[in-house]
Amino acid sequence: MRIDRTRYLTQGIAKILIWSATLFTIGVMILILFQILSDGLPVLRLHFFTESPRSMGREGGIFSTIIGTVALTFVAILFATPLGVGTAIFLREYTRETKVSRLIRFGTDCLAGVPSIIFGLFGFVFFVIYLNMGWSILSGGLTLAVMILPTIICTSEEAIKAIPYSYREVSYSLGGTKWQTVTRAVLPHSLPGIFTGVILGVGRSIGETAAVILTAGSSLVMPTSFFSPIRTMAVHFYILAREGISMEMAYGTGAALILLVLFVNIIANWLLNRYIRKKG
Amino acid sequence: MDTKEKIIGKSFLIIALSSISALALIAIFIFAEGLPLIWKIGPKAFLFGERWIPSKGEFGILPMIIGSFWVTLGALLLGIPLGMACAIFLSELAPPVVGTVLRPAIQLLAAIPSVIYGFWGLVVLVPLVRNYLGGPGLSILSGSIILGFMILPTIISISEDSLRALPSSFKAGGLALGATHWQTIWRVLIPAARSGIVASIILGMGRAMGETMAMIMILGNAVKMPSSFLDSARTLTTNIGIEMGYASGDHRQALFATGVILFFIIMILNSSAIILSRRRMG
Repeated sequence: MRIDRTRYLTQGIAKILIWSATLFTIGVMILILFQILSDGLPVLRLHFFTESPRSMGREGGIFSTIIGTVALTFVAILFATPLGVGTAIFLREYTRETKVSRLIRFGTDCLAGVPSIIFGLFGFVFFVIYLNMGWSILSGGLTLAVMILPTIICTSEEAIKAIPYSYREVSYSLGGTKWQTVTRAVLPHSLPGIFTGVILGVGRSIGETAAVILTAGSSLVMPTSFFSPIRTMAVHFYILAREGISMEMAYGTGAALILLVLFVNIIANWLLNRYIRKKG
Repeated sequence: MDTKEKIIGKSFLIIALSSISALALIAIFIFAEGLPLIWKIGPKAFLFGERWIPSKGEFGILPMIIGSFWVTLGALLLGIPLGMACAIFLSELAPPVVGTVLRPAIQLLAAIPSVIYGFWGLVVLVPLVRNYLGGPGLSILSGSIILGFMILPTIISISEDSLRALPSSFKAGGLALGATHWQTIWRVLIPAARSGIVASIILGMGRAMGETMAMIMILGNAVKMPSSFLDSARTLTTNIGIEMGYASGDHRQALFATGVILFFIIMILNSSAIILSRRRMG
């Protein structure tokens, strides 16, 4: 009987510890977000979004950095989506488990773990110097495209994998070719899943700093073409905070950044849930 | 028709290959830029040199290697227990409703930009450490705490997946033998999911090693051998991040050489994690 009691006691203690560790984790996370939002939200007036930074960011708003973020993310998505989805289609529809497919999966998994500063170094020496694009939207966007590629490949592959085999059989039985089956039976149904991956990529691009600062620069001048250097919101936030230019502006930019990333991820999650419910 | 299909198939192969050729390009360009300097000053002097004085052409990265390992170790000391607790909570203890709220919330943690974590560390954690524990505050301890939280999503989601992937007969068997729920978790489920859990920890380690911006803001960036957790430090990543903006010539090559070492460490960690999690599948 005594042994019995100890093991239930152990179980009780273990469960209490696990509950408190989980609550602690969530508590800290809420604390981090709350702290920045509570100091940052009051800064977020309309003119904060519509004016460009003045005197290094001490005054004005963040308009030009919003443009920078949007432009960079656009370039990244533009290049990463076709490559990523194409790779996923190849892995799911055009090959079996072969050495090549295993190599591609291994490469994708490895790429997913490469730190962003390494992408920054690569983007700097390859796009900025070797291809002579300079610090520009294009260099930064292409670097980000390589960085978010694994995310898009993985989510697209999952989405394509989830399509029941019967969809393909129906297409083939109607005399459809492989290409027709892929474009008319498989892709339309996996679009929401693919879109989720793209949105997750957008989220990563918005928040990235290390890779962007080395490839797109940190110029506050309004960009005029895809070859102009720019500063994104994340880079602006980093520079404001690290160089102590203006804590007020840093809090404001940080809050805007958090809200944007939360918004993007909630959309992705909502899409994914709707998609799963429809499938189930 | 047949040739058209063949062409399409080949095009997809080319797309897929060009996707992963990115990894090869990264390796080639960083190695081409960094390796010559390592040969020039000698691998031993580079890896085990304790002095980093770019203006005098002295490039020893031992303090940064040690710094990276200390910070990563600290992050794991915090991240493993918290991450495991959350993973067990989500897979075994959480009521379904709590799970559906908590899981996306934890995914969200992974999406918060690292500069935000760094900023919070700088304005909240660093003063706390300075006032209550002494030292500059900008320290390995502050960096480890922030990193510990940053690697949680990685540890939690992969550990939880591997706990969930176990056949339900494992749990039923444990309970049927008269074990308590906790004994079943501790003696049956966790050992069975071991390889996935280890993989999650290794991937978390990779993330900790690779984090840059948050660490630049929190670690204090002094180039010296750290002697306590309250010392300021510099990691491999922050060394690159801080100096890349103005470096040129040998100095820049030395930063790429730092990247080469970082790339090596990360690739070893990544491939062992991938191999471990493959074994679980097979």
